[in-house]
Amino acid sequence: MSAVAFEHVTLQLGGRAVLSDVSFNIEAGEFIGVLGPNGAGKTTLMRAILGLLTPSAGRVKVFGQTPECGNPAIGYLPQLRTVLPDLRIRGRDVIAGSLNGERWGLALSSSRDRLMVEETLEAVGARELADRPLAEMSGGERQRLLLAQALIGSPKLLLLDEPLISLDARRQEIAIDVVRRVCRERKITVLFSAHELNQLLGTLDRVLYLGNGHAVLGSVEEVVTAPILSKLFGTDIQVLRADGHIFVMSRGLDVERTDHLHDHGHDHSHHHH
Amino acid sequence: MTTATIITDMFAYDFMVNAFAAAGIAAVVSGIVGYFLVMRGQTFAGHALSHIGFAGATGAGLVGLAPLWGLIAFTLAAGVIMGALSERISNRDVAIGVVLALALGFGLLFLHYHTSFATQATALLFGNVLAVDHAMIATLALLGAITLAALAFIMRPLVFSSLQPELAEAKGVPLRTVSITFLAIVALAVSVCAQIVGVLLVFTLMVGPPAAAQRITTGLWGGLFVSAAFAICEAWFGLTMAFYTDWPVSFCIACLSAFVYFSCIVLPKQTRPAQVAPAS
Repeated sequence: MSAVAFEHVTLQLGGRAVLSDVSFNIEAGEFIGVLGPNGAGKTTLMRAILGLLTPSAGRVKVFGQTPECGNPAIGYLPQLRTVLPDLRIRGRDVIAGSLNGERWGLALSSSRDRLMVEETLEAVGARELADRPLAEMSGGERQRLLLAQALIGSPKLLLLDEPLISLDARRQEIAIDVVRRVCRERKITVLFSAHELNQLLGTLDRVLYLGNGHAVLGSVEEVVTAPILSKLFGTDIQVLRADGHIFVMSRGLDVERTDHLHDHGHDHSHHHH
Repeated sequence: MTTATIITDMFAYDFMVNAFAAAGIAAVVSGIVGYFLVMRGQTFAGHALSHIGFAGATGAGLVGLAPLWGLIAFTLAAGVIMGALSERISNRDVAIGVVLALALGFGLLFLHYHTSFATQATALLFGNVLAVDHAMIATLALLGAITLAALAFIMRPLVFSSLQPELAEAKGVPLRTVSITFLAIVALAVSVCAQIVGVLLVFTLMVGPPAAAQRITTGLWGGLFVSAAFAICEAWFGLTMAFYTDWPVSFCIACLSAFVYFSCIVLPKQTRPAQVAPAS
C-alpha cells in the first residue's frame, strides 16, 4: 500500500488551480524531497494530505484512506510558524500543549504524555533546549524542537514544510541529518519541501518536483532534467551537473537562488489562465 | 500599629469585608482569563470589550435595567462578533479602535438622556468597589464560576491554538469556535472586573498581573498561578491602601499593577537550571 497516493488530483485555492490532474504514488518509508518555485503548491499539496483542503477533482489517499483532519499517523511541521516575541513559555510546555490539543478540558498532561515528550526530545537531542522559551531560541534550535514535536506519537508520515528556511548552511545539514536518522530508524515516510535540491541529494530517495500546475515524481536523474524542468517552470531551463552538485539555470540565473525573480514571472503567467 | 490591628480596623466595616470578597473574586477571574488574553496578544480586544460594555451599562440604565446586565449583554455580543470576524479583518487594531470609540460615544449619548445617571457614570468608568453589597458578591461569584468553568473546558485547544495556530488547524482544532468562545469568556471576565475597577481600568487587573507573571515564569501552570496571585495581592493591597489614605481604590490598584509590571520588566530574565527528569 502506498503511503500517499494522488489520482488525477486537482487542487484549487481561491478559484485558481494550483495543481491540476496530478497523479503519483509515494511508497511507505520513502524520503521524498518536494521541490519547486514559490507558489508551485508545496504547502497546498501538504494541506491536501492533511485533509485541510478537499481536491476539486480526483482522489487523495493517505495509507489507503481519505485524508481527515487530525490524523494521528501524520506528523506536521508547518511553514508558517507563529512565535510571539513576548511569549516566554518554555519549549517543553509548548510541545505538551500540542499533545491531544484538539480535546476539550484542562491542559494537564499525563505522565505517559510527559514520557512520550521526553523520549522524542531525546531522539532529536533537544532535551535541555526544551527548558528555554521558544522566543529565546535560535532558528536552528527552534526547528529541532518543533521537529521533535512533529515526531511525537510515532507518526508514519512526516510532512516537513520548508524546515530549512532561515537556517545557515551548517544548521541545515544538521537538521537534515536528524530527520534522516530518526526517520530511517522508525521507517517513517517523509515529505520534505525545500528551495534547494543540493543539500538533500544524499538523503532523498525520490524527488517530487512541482511547477506550472504539474507534479513529477521520480529519481533525481529522471526528474531533474532540462526537458522536464522546462515544462514545470514554463521557461527554458538548463541543468548543469558539477562536482556532485546540480544547478538548475534559467537564462544564466540559478533559479533556486533567484526564486523571487522567477516567481514574479510565474505569477504573471497565471493571470492568462 | 501592628498588622493585626490594620486588618481588624478595616474589617470592622461591613463595606470593607464586602469589598475584599468582591475584589478577590474579580482578581482571580481577571488574572486567569487575562493570562490567556496576554498570551494570545489580544489585550487590545479586551480593552475594547470593556468600552463597549460601558455603552451597554448606560443603555441598560435608560431602559431601567441594572447596569451589570447591560454590560454583560453588550460585551458578550461584541466578544462573539469580534471572535467571528477576527480572521477576516486584516487590520484588526484599526477596526477595533473605531468600534471602541463608537461605543464610548453611544455610552455618552445614553448618559445624555439619563441625567440622574451621572454619579453612576463615574462608578462605571472607574469602579465603586466600596458600594458592593451581598447580592452583588453572589452575582460576581456566580459569573466568576461560569467564566472559569468555561475556560477550563476550552483550555487545551485554547493553549494549542494560541501557541501554534497552524499546527492546531492541521490537528483538527476548530480555531474559530475556540476564538469565539474565548472572547465570550473575556467578555464575562471584563464584566466582573469592571464592577471593581471600572471599565476604563480593567487593564489593571486583566493585563498588568498576567503580563508581569509572563515575564518571570516560563511554565504554563506556574504562570497562571503567579498571575492570579499578583492580581489578588494588587486588589487587596490596593483596598488597604485606599482605606488608610482615602485615595480612590481603583487608583491604588492601578498604581500597584503598574509597579509590579515594571518591577518584573526590570528584573533580569529568569534562567532556569537544566531540569533533570527523574529516571523512569
